[in-house]
Amino acid sequence: MLASLAIVIGSLILIVSVIVLNGASSLSLEMLTQTSEGSFYLGSGGGFLNAIVGSLLLALPATAFAFIISVCIAMYLQKEFIPSRFSSFIRICLDIMWGIPSIVYGVFALTIMIALGLHGGSVLFGIFALTLLEIPIITRSVDESIKVVPHGLKESAYSLGSTRFETSLHVVRRQAMPGIVAGILLGFGRGIGDAASILLTVGDSNYFPTSVLDQTAALPTIILNLAGMPEKTVQNKAYAVAFVLLLIVLSISILTRYFTKKSSKYIIK
Amino acid sequence: MHINKASAVVKKKSFLSALLILILSILSLFVLKDIALALILLFVAVALIAVNFLIISRRLFDVLGTRFMLIVVLFVLALFFLLIIVLLNGSGILLEHQSIGDLLFSSAWKPFSNHFGLFAVIIDTLIVTAISMVIAVPISLLTAVYITEYAPTRLRNMIRPFIDVLAGVPSVVFGLCALLVFIPVVRDYIAPFFGVVTSSGFCLFTASLILSIMVFPIIISLCVESFSSIPLALKEASLSVGATKWETVKKVIFRASGPGVLSAIFLGFGRAFGETIAVSMVIGNQELIPRTLFGSGQTLASLIANNYTEVASIPLLASALIFVALILFVVVLIFNICGFLVLRRASKRWKY
Amino acid sequence: MSKSAIQIETRGLNVSFHNSPVLKDINIEIPAKQLTAIIGPSGCGKTTLLKSFNRLLEIQEDVKISGEIIVDGKDIMTSGLNVPDIRKKMGLISQKPYPLPMSIFENVAYGLRIHHGKNPKKVEEGVHHCLQEVGLWNEVKDRLHDPASRLSVGQQQRLCLARAIAVKPEVILCDEPTSALDPIAAQQIERLLLKLKKDFTVILVTHTLRQAKRVADYVIFLYFGMVVEHGLADQVFNDPKSPEMKAYLSGEIS
Ligand SMILES: Nc1ncnc2c1ncn2[C@@H]1O[C@H](COP(=O)(O)OP(=O)(O)OP(=O)(O)O)[C@@H](O)[C@H]1O
Ligand SMILES: [Mg+2]
Repeated sequence: MLASLAIVIGSLILIVSVIVLNGASSLSLEMLTQTSEGSFYLGSGGGFLNAIVGSLLLALPATAFAFIISVCIAMYLQKEFIPSRFSSFIRICLDIMWGIPSIVYGVFALTIMIALGLHGGSVLFGIFALTLLEIPIITRSVDESIKVVPHGLKESAYSLGSTRFETSLHVVRRQAMPGIVAGILLGFGRGIGDAASILLTVGDSNYFPTSVLDQTAALPTIILNLAGMPEKTVQNKAYAVAFVLLLIVLSISILTRYFTKKSSKYIIK
Repeated sequence: MHINKASAVVKKKSFLSALLILILSILSLFVLKDIALALILLFVAVALIAVNFLIISRRLFDVLGTRFMLIVVLFVLALFFLLIIVLLNGSGILLEHQSIGDLLFSSAWKPFSNHFGLFAVIIDTLIVTAISMVIAVPISLLTAVYITEYAPTRLRNMIRPFIDVLAGVPSVVFGLCALLVFIPVVRDYIAPFFGVVTSSGFCLFTASLILSIMVFPIIISLCVESFSSIPLALKEASLSVGATKWETVKKVIFRASGPGVLSAIFLGFGRAFGETIAVSMVIGNQELIPRTLFGSGQTLASLIANNYTEVASIPLLASALIFVALILFVVVLIFNICGFLVLRRASKRWKY
Repeated sequence: MSKSAIQIETRGLNVSFHNSPVLKDINIEIPAKQLTAIIGPSGCGKTTLLKSFNRLLEIQEDVKISGEIIVDGKDIMTSGLNVPDIRKKMGLISQKPYPLPMSIFENVAYGLRIHHGKNPKKVEEGVHHCLQEVGLWNEVKDRLHDPASRLSVGQQQRLCLARAIAVKPEVILCDEPTSALDPIAAQQIERLLLKLKKDFTVILVTHTLRQAKRVADYVIFLYFGMVVEHGLADQVFNDPKSPEMKAYLSGEIS
């Protein structure tokens, strides 16, 4: 048992430390502050600021959309709104969506894009794929926390004469806040790190995207591209990018802990 | 009751001010000839009236809000079914060219001559997923048992957040590490140990290895959750009749949390099965069944990632990739339904 | 009974959960501006009766309600009514206090805002008034913006009372409000209820016979979902008609 614990912890520490050691040594300030130059993948200079911005431009709107959609769905799954037959059907659909590999969302977005006559990639369809990926993640987290809102609490809100919508908006929302916060950050972390769903739809670019139909670089996709290159110096850049991505994801985890604690100040046990 | 009157006064006041702003807006349009200002004032006035109206009619607000939520729910369900339709429809084009039997049971993947055989890829996928589960499940279960039953509280409080954090590490990061660490290790040590000296390291085994590491956090955190929800009384009862700790674990904990463990394994399986990026980085990307575990292969998911760039030039390839996506979807669907049925039956039988 | 007006009247009220009847053919009249106690053994349907007065049962699934509940001369069970308006008339204090997940101030302000306008000054005055009314003001005036969950259970119960009277109901429904409290806090609540019956109709579900004897003007005795005896407190306690009531009074059933 201790051996298996050691294997788990050891391998996970190995992964993180490999990225941190290799990444920190090949990362430089100019990589973070400049956009890519001409042949970034062939060893020329420049940085990957465009990919950082690209990733944020993909993940932030996707998380925002997914958040609105998920909170609506999770609220609507309460038994005041629909009978449990329907809500369990919707939950099953969401569970299936949760399990769908992200590459399938990529294929879905790509197919629609081709059907609309767009080629090469665009920010818009990257956001679309990521939104689909994040909806079941955020909904599950919010739904779990709404399910444990005490029935008596809802009853008190209703007996003050609040409508269903007011109860959801003011009371259930506050009580479920830790789950909502955790869901948003979980979704964002998943969205910013996922390569498979955006690989097919966003293309690549050396510049900041200027419209939603532009192609863009993103952190996970350029890691993939860089790692596939033969030269050692280029591969090293992949570690630098991965290091930045890992830092983002880790800080999201820490933020999650901080904010869930903070948002549970008013929770009624 | 004086409060009621007061709020009526408030409403009247803001209604009057809205009217005033409306008049100002008309004035600015005709006297100042400033259309922008007029529009802004008009907007403010309308907003004031609208807000007032909504305050007056909470019922309307409720109805609108509820409708909106319903629309969102229907929208997402529609997207979900659109996904299914798109996948079915897209695969249909290919199925006109090639029979489904040929697709599933021929091994020749030749996009340039418009022949798509998935047999090798399917077998590779099964092998990789199976090996990764064989490695991951026992190790994760033991770790989870250790964390919940044996670890001192301080250690437990350190490990759990660590594992949760790692569940969120992007797969491309895992892939990158595998590239740097596992490929050389498999090539230089593990493969020769099993008598394969020609391995490049880009092989099914490396893919399984990295997948098993990726599913550790998932299975462990779900198992820990379901183990720690077992009532303490149940464990104490077992210990007090003289069972050893390990017997208790076997007889009580695994049984009582059977459904939870099962669903954790299902979820881990789903993740390993559909993982794309990390696998495509280390598996070697050859659409064939290698003779040993240390030869290159290709999984369904990584096949999509490696072929999508040619979609524009080979028309049928798009359809073939959609068909592969459909297979992934169907497997997830079947797994979800099985999981659902098993859990329902199990939770009836396993009730304690 | 004839002197005072009738606030709530039920005619043939039946309630069942999952097809098993819980309340059977309830016909009662509850006088306005008085304190009515509902007593009876555990599980006899007291809470259910209380919750049917403000149509709170229907947010649960698989509940069937039939019959008429007449409040102010109108049947509130008629379909198409605005249910929040009905609930606004009936404040409910539950067995276990559930403050809203907000600050102490916001807890009271919430009901004021949704029903009586958002003017900050009026809201503040209203909160002050309601907290004073339940004797909580001096205890919390320095920490109005603390989470309500940090209050003691007795304080929480009084906060719930303040929150309920803030919406200006006509009736206050209390479901064993003192069962989770120590004797002192319980006494505070009891005194409050006696004070409140000047302005409100108070309906009190209680488990303790002594409490009912102390405070009730009118008594309803429920037994296995049926009203076995109801009437003026003096009459019911001193001259019970039914054998069940006699047994209950003598402590044989509880
Ligand atoms: N949500 C529900 N679903 C199913 N049955 C219920 C539900 N609520 C109450 N019951 C049943 O209805 C009956 C009456 O319950 P109720 O809570 O009204 O009793 P009570 O008189 O308030 O008891 P107590 O004094 O213990 O609070 C009980 O037999 C209970 O099991
Ligand atoms: Mg009760």
